[in-house]
Amino acid sequence: MSTIASTDLATAVEEAAAHLYVWALKDIPQDLRDALRDAMGRETHKVGKRILETINTNVSVADEQGNLVCQDTGIAVFYARVGERFPLHPAQIEIALREGTRRATLEHPLRSNTVHTLTRKATGDNTGHRIPHVHWEFVPDWDGLDVKCVPKGSGSENMSFLKMLVPADGVKAIKRFVLDSIVGAGGKPCPPGIVGVGIGGSADLAMHLAKEAIARPVGTQNDDPDVAALETDLFALLNDTGVGPMGLGGDTTVLAVHVEQAHTHITLNPVAVNYQCWAARRASAHISAAGEIEYDREA
Amino acid sequence: MHHEITFPTDEAAVRALRAGDTVTIQGEIVGIRDATQIRIFDHGQDPPFPLRGAALLHTAPNVRKLADGSYEPMCIGTTTSARMSRFTEGLIRDHGARAIMGKGGLLPEALEPLREHGGVYLAIVGGAAALETTQIEAIEQVEWEDLMPECLWRFRVRDFGPLIVGMDSHGESLYENVQVEARRRLDESIYARL
Repeated sequence: MSTIASTDLATAVEEAAAHLYVWALKDIPQDLRDALRDAMGRETHKVGKRILETINTNVSVADEQGNLVCQDTGIAVFYARVGERFPLHPAQIEIALREGTRRATLEHPLRSNTVHTLTRKATGDNTGHRIPHVHWEFVPDWDGLDVKCVPKGSGSENMSFLKMLVPADGVKAIKRFVLDSIVGAGGKPCPPGIVGVGIGGSADLAMHLAKEAIARPVGTQNDDPDVAALETDLFALLNDTGVGPMGLGGDTTVLAVHVEQAHTHITLNPVAVNYQCWAARRASAHISAAGEIEYDREA
Repeated sequence: MHHEITFPTDEAAVRALRAGDTVTIQGEIVGIRDATQIRIFDHGQDPPFPLRGAALLHTAPNVRKLADGSYEPMCIGTTTSARMSRFTEGLIRDHGARAIMGKGGLLPEALEPLREHGGVYLAIVGGAAALETTQIEAIEQVEWEDLMPECLWRFRVRDFGPLIVGMDSHGESLYENVQVEARRRLDESIYARL
């Protein structure tokens, strides 16, 4: 039984959010480092290889100088897995995540990107109405909290696509839509990155799933064998297009394809694509009911 | 072929560049972005310093303001260029800029003004901002601070690059070549494997 006061727990969550935002921007996960290094080794196209060498050098320079990997501090997206017995209510968790984002932005300082959509007026602290956005998952019979921060850059976010296919179009049309989207995006989303694909559900859920897909570590596969097979197929097809690093040609167009599925209506066949650039920044923290924070770069 | 160019420069220097060549830049470059160009072209305000011969970088840097009012670079990287394609003709023809630097390429409509008026698009490696920051020696001038971070910036650089000539002044675009080839592969083999 936890005895920690909820204000202390809120402080712990806020502290974790502030740390995760900055950490994610500076220190990319090992699975991604490995994928970028492997891609550099495999690439046969001259310009593509030069670009992958520069990307790998950049990751090392960020390490050495303690600098951000990419200047786009993005929109902070949080993924929260909340145990049913975690003593802080999600309403308070959301406030703490927001406050942590604000604090990190002002104290580091980080570039603020957040503006009102119509007036384009900047808030100056990377928070705003409904920003940062939190994806929630609730876990029965558990008292912990996992928080993952994914600062999402705009170059790749602008390359998001949704299509409401019909059932008769089948899986072929899903593949074709993903291919056309990624070829059409060309160099704009900073390839080679992670292609997040959401299938099924409704229009909003499909895009939500695509966003969950990009936050998975490179090398993971969907638990559903049919969905995993789609990931494998799409990975091979996309890398045969020759779009290459930064859209300037090469063998490496994507580092990974992640697909997430929800059941859908008998008449629906939605597919959503959300692109994650090569600087696929993410960092996680596990927070116990007692407020202990354990940071985890690889989750 | 590799070229080292000191900016500002003249038309002949950029006419010598061919799509696929690599470039390293010395001297001065100018940072611009969406809001900067909207002010110049849509609101008709002349930039506070001339852009003649300039290499323009699509950027909105992370900076820290110092007590004396100057700015220290913290993390300077490059944004997606396609959004700003429509300003190409005005920048090259009316303001005399010679190079536009960014990531992802300008839209195909920018090829003609680059050809007609003598300009190039140089592709930087997007996202490689930590490295790019080490090549910025100083922020020499900042104008239109009310647009922060989309001000008009003048940077002094050393060994800025690697840059790849993505669109040259002779009508060739690597982006277009890659798109044509990708479409050919889709039509001739990939769609058949779905």
